This record gives sequence, C-alpha cells and structure tokens, in this order.
Amino acid sequence: MRRSRWPFVVTMAVLLFLYLPIIILIVNSFNASRFETGWQGFSLIWYERLFQEPEIWRAAKNSLVIAASATALSLIIGTTAAVALHRFARSRLQGVHFGLVYMPLVVPEILMGISLLMVFVAVGIQLGLFTIFLAHVTFCTSFVAMTVLARLQDFDPSVIEAARDLGAGWGTTIRRILLPLLLPGLVAGGLLAFTLSIDDFVITFFVAGPGSTTLPIRVYSMIKFGSPPLINALSTILLVITFAAVAISQRVSRSRS
Amino acid sequence: MRAKRHWKIQEVLLSLPSLFWLSLFFVIPTLLVFAVALRPANPYGGIAPGWTWANIRSLASPNYLAVAWRTVWISVLSTAVCVVLAVPISYYLARVSAKWKNVFLMLIIVPFWTNFLIRVFAWKVLLHPEGAIKKILAFSGLVSPQTSLLYNAGAVVLITVYTFLPFTILPLYAAAEKFDFQLLEAARDLGAKRLQAFFKIFIPGIRRGLITAVLFVFIPALGSYVIPDIVGGPDGEMLGNKIAQRVFVDRNLPQAAALSVVLILSVLAPLAAILVLQRRRDKPASLLEVR
Repeated sequence: MRRSRWPFVVTMAVLLFLYLPIIILIVNSFNASRFETGWQGFSLIWYERLFQEPEIWRAAKNSLVIAASATALSLIIGTTAAVALHRFARSRLQGVHFGLVYMPLVVPEILMGISLLMVFVAVGIQLGLFTIFLAHVTFCTSFVAMTVLARLQDFDPSVIEAARDLGAGWGTTIRRILLPLLLPGLVAGGLLAFTLSIDDFVITFFVAGPGSTTLPIRVYSMIKFGSPPLINALSTILLVITFAAVAISQRVSRSRS
Repeated sequence: MRAKRHWKIQEVLLSLPSLFWLSLFFVIPTLLVFAVALRPANPYGGIAPGWTWANIRSLASPNYLAVAWRTVWISVLSTAVCVVLAVPISYYLARVSAKWKNVFLMLIIVPFWTNFLIRVFAWKVLLHPEGAIKKILAFSGLVSPQTSLLYNAGAVVLITVYTFLPFTILPLYAAAEKFDFQLLEAARDLGAKRLQAFFKIFIPGIRRGLITAVLFVFIPALGSYVIPDIVGGPDGEMLGNKIAQRVFVDRNLPQAAALSVVLILSVLAPLAAILVLQRRRDKPASLLEVR
C-alpha cells in the first residue's frame, strides 16, 4: 500500500515552526545591532552588558534558592502521597486524595496564583520569597506525586510484604527495597519539580509582592521595559545551561540502566 | 481486627502531609475566591466587611462579555489547530522506524526546555514590524506594510498553538503507538478509501489520546495570561488579563475574584463533561493517560 506523504510533510513543517523563533533569537544575541532590523556584524557586547547587571544575578540566586527548597519539601510530601495512593488504592480516602493531588495539575496557573494571593492577603502574611516558596511547593507536590506514582505502578507491592515476611524490619525494608525501587521516580520527580519551580512565572508573579524577584520575573520586566538584545543574550545562556543539564541527566540515567 | 486498624492508621499517616498541605494551599484558597467575590472592596486595595452582589452583577458589562467571548473562541481555535497539526504527526511518528521516532520525539520536546517567557518573547521579535516575517510578507504583497502582525487575537492564537503543540502531540502519539495499523489495511482491503479509513478507523482508535490532548490545550488556553499580555494588545485581551488588571492595576481583589469564579466554572465545565462522557462510554478511567 502506498503511504500518504502528508504526515511527513506536516511533521517537517511543524519542526521548522518549533525551531525558527529560537534560532533567530540565538543568532540575534550575537548581533551588534541594537534593534532587530538586520545583521550588523558579530559581537559579544550584549553578553558583556549582561554580566554588568547585578539585578539579574540577584534574581537568579533567589530562583535557585526557592527551586532547591521547594523541590526538597515537595519531594517529601509528594512521595508520601504517591506511596499512599499506590498502597491503599482501593480505599475511599484515596479516591478523595487522588482528586486533591490531581486538581492542581489541571487548574490554570492564574487561578492558583490569584487564590493563593487571596489567602496570603486574608491571613496578612508579608508577600515575598517565603510566599513564593509556599506556592511552589503546592504545585510541585502534585507533579512529584504523579511522577512517583507512575513509577510505583510498575512494581509489585508484594515485594514489600515478602521482605517483611522474610524478617526484614521496616528500616531495612525501606532502605533496601523501597528506596532503590523508588529512586528513578524520585530523581525524575525532583528534576521535574526543580525545572517547574525555576521556570514558573504566572503563580510567582501573583504571590511575589513588590521587591522580590526571581529570574522569570526579571525576564518579564525586561521584556516589558528593557532592551531586547539583553534578553536574547540571557535566553541563549539559559538555553545552553538547560541543554547541558538535560544532557548530563540523560547520561546519568543511561549509565544507571 | 488489630491488623486492619493498623493498616488504616498507616494509610492516614502517609496521606496526611499532602492532604494537609493541599487543603491549606489549594482547597481553602479556591473556596476563598468564591467568598471574596461576594465581598465589597475597600479603597486601599483590601477587602471591606459586609456582603454584596455588585461584583457578580458587574460581570454582565459589555466589556467583560466581549473579553469572555474572545477567551472562548481563541481557546477553541487554538485547540482545533493544535489537534489538526498533531494528529498527522502522531500518525507519522507511530509508523516511522524506531531510530527516527526517538530523534523526532526529542526534537519536539527540546524547544520546551527553554523558559516559556523566552519562547513568547522570541515570537514577539519574529513578528515585530521590522522583523523578518513581516518583511517577507509585505514584500510578497500578502499583507500591506501597515498591517501589524503583533498585538491582535491572531498573534495570540499563533503563539498559543506554538506553546501547547507538544502537549497535544505527546498524548496523541502515545495513543497512536497502541493503535493497530493493520486495521487500516483491513479497511482498505474491504474497499474503504484512504481518507475514509483514516477518519472512521484511526481517529476513533485514538479517541482517548484525543480527549487528553484537547484538555491539555483547552484548559490552560482558557486561563492564558502571559501570551495575550505580551503579544495580544488591547484587541487580544483575555479573561486572565482582566484578572491581572484588577489585581495589579486597580487593586480590586473582589472584582478579580468574581472574574476568577467565571474562569473556575468554565474550566470545570469541560472537565465534568468529559468525565460523564467517559463514564458512560467505557469503564471508568483516569484522565491521566500519559505523563
């Protein structure tokens, strides 16, 4: 049977569509021209300027601190949630629990942002890095729980009972059976939580209050009020970092399996 | 009996951290939005005592209705374009050799490692009046030199499609992967035309993936805020922009809450519809087919 060429053509066109803006952005970051009007020669001037902006470094530091702490706490809450959802799958409580963990994944970010803002305003808590942290833990928890749960569904819960029957204490069972089995899920969930936290703009924007900036908030105000070439340079650097991180994590997970 | 109680205690202990956290930072906040929508605002950006229907009533203003309508059609159109593009791609990916499949999947996911804001910004540059696309289109006479490619609803649809396309491709690909392509050949042997086989056999075969894909685009699109904010201009404003304006520009939280209630209800409607449909059609299944 002769196959239609259409699926192939659409795939290629869409790949072009996906890459065009990013490639133009990278090329422009090396453009000497201040405006996007054409090529005026290769230059690293925007990268130099970028390194002279202390605001960006402060924002980057905030982002890293929030992402690391939110990842740590959401890993704990999300993993216990996943274990409960997996082990007690039939119970009614877990039906409610699953709905509760699932909902933050489908609700648009802006709703989570505004509802958290309302709570923080109602309670009278000062908006800042701490409220950003609380918000990030909330959405990261659901993503961690779902990622770990997906891994858990691949393994047989009776191995835990088997270990117990064979005389292993709870400490040994967790250390020798549960953790090694969970590790790939924990790594995947942790990486996901970290990236989501470091990338989040909408929720952060609502709960940040004046004065506390994360990297995405800084990028947003640069897009709104700043100079485009600087953003091009910053974007290119971020791109290189993400690519390196993903390449390394893939290398690590490959050598593991 | 003791073992059973022990089991129950274990379950509660394990569920407690997430139940507590999500109740405190998800359930209560959402309920609070409904409550604040019924409170008057005070002039200092806070919430005044007492109750009022004024915020809800003001939703009927022509300005809000126009924005609500635009929000719906932009989301529907973006979802439709995403699905129309993603179905042939998933078909192609499911049939191509394993080596190329991995390469293509990687290529589709990689752009989404970049920050969302940066992707939207990249399009702003690309569609800029002095940018490459505008020049080509104006030169070839497709648009007049005065037409702006930015700051309209069309730009919002384009960039929404750009942002959510991978989220449509992945669930559809997962469904197409499980589809038995011999069914298509059987249909052809039995005399079906190529397109007929595609629409009558392939599309129903990937129905589950289709539903997931539609939800993955439609729901976030309804709540869009950044895309219309950066490339939409006044003619591309959506509900999300209005919520943000009430919060950040006029500091009127009750009005923002009333608008959020509309958004919450419009997100729940398609979700509930699909849950009911799925329950009626086949065995109860989670919406989370792929992740």
